[in-house]
Amino acid sequence: MAALNLAGLITAAADTIAEHAEELTALDQAIGDGDHGLNMKRGFEAVRAEADMFAAKPLPEALKAIGTKLVMTVGGASGPLFGTLFMALGKEISAEPDRTNLTAAFGKAIEAVAARGKSQVGQKTMLDVLQPVHDALVEGKTGSEIADVADTAAKATVPMKALRGRASFLGERSIGHMDAGARSTALLVRTIVETLERQP
Amino acid sequence: MSNVGIVIVSHSPLVAEGTADMVRQMVGDEVPLAWCGGNGHGGLGTNVEAIMGAIDRAWSEAGVAILVDLGGAETNSEMAVEMIGEPRSQKIIVCNAPIVEGAVMAATESSGGASLKEVVATAHELSPS
Repeated sequence: MAALNLAGLITAAADTIAEHAEELTALDQAIGDGDHGLNMKRGFEAVRAEADMFAAKPLPEALKAIGTKLVMTVGGASGPLFGTLFMALGKEISAEPDRTNLTAAFGKAIEAVAARGKSQVGQKTMLDVLQPVHDALVEGKTGSEIADVADTAAKATVPMKALRGRASFLGERSIGHMDAGARSTALLVRTIVETLERQP
Repeated sequence: MSNVGIVIVSHSPLVAEGTADMVRQMVGDEVPLAWCGGNGHGGLGTNVEAIMGAIDRAWSEAGVAILVDLGGAETNSEMAVEMIGEPRSQKIIVCNAPIVEGAVMAATESSGGASLKEVVATAHELSPS
């Protein structure tokens, strides 16, 4: 794997979240408390503002610092969940990861998110995108295939009944709406793999 | 202070402050007490930085018990404890108890000089097992 352009990745991720902030908020208004788009945008803009500082660090430290920044700036329950994803990834990843290390680190990070949210796959959360993406990494799928897996997985949360988070209060009424966290996770996965494939 | 500290974390600053008022009236000033509520941007919610600040204000070498309302308050409180890190994090426990009753009962127990374990157990007795 060539040296990573982390600043470019951060910019791309923040652009994606900003472009989709209204869509994410609309999804969250349907079955949550309607702040997901705004919260994610605030967090990723805070990371963008210090992109060069993060990019100057070795990858594990950079990911941990980005996770901490997200915890402190996203707010809601998404802050700790997305923050934990990046912090745990930073703890497990090597400075120059190959696919095997990345896959293993990503698996550990998913476990950390599940523990933080006391949740598991099938409960209409971001885990329902993260786990299929991990499976796709294990199966050796290409970047664009992985992005498609993420999109399909996010759409698959529509018929699910929420069992965790604010949406779980709605019970059956949560069925028929895509989970906002699953959607934002899929957006980030697509942005990251497409940016990596464009980088030399 | 040697008494266990009590931290109240609600999505609503009004609920958090009101709960703290009830604790003060019933228990007095013997117990280190702090509260936080709101998302830090004027809306309902909880945020990690504010929770870390409340833990600092209620800090006691005997430990700190945190009382929370809804799920996000619990997730954010657990995150705050993890970010505070060891060794202090070993003396901080997020209680599984109703926020108002839990805070009053935990503070009452703490005011008598009980250990963190005893304070948390008293709060947990309020939750259906």
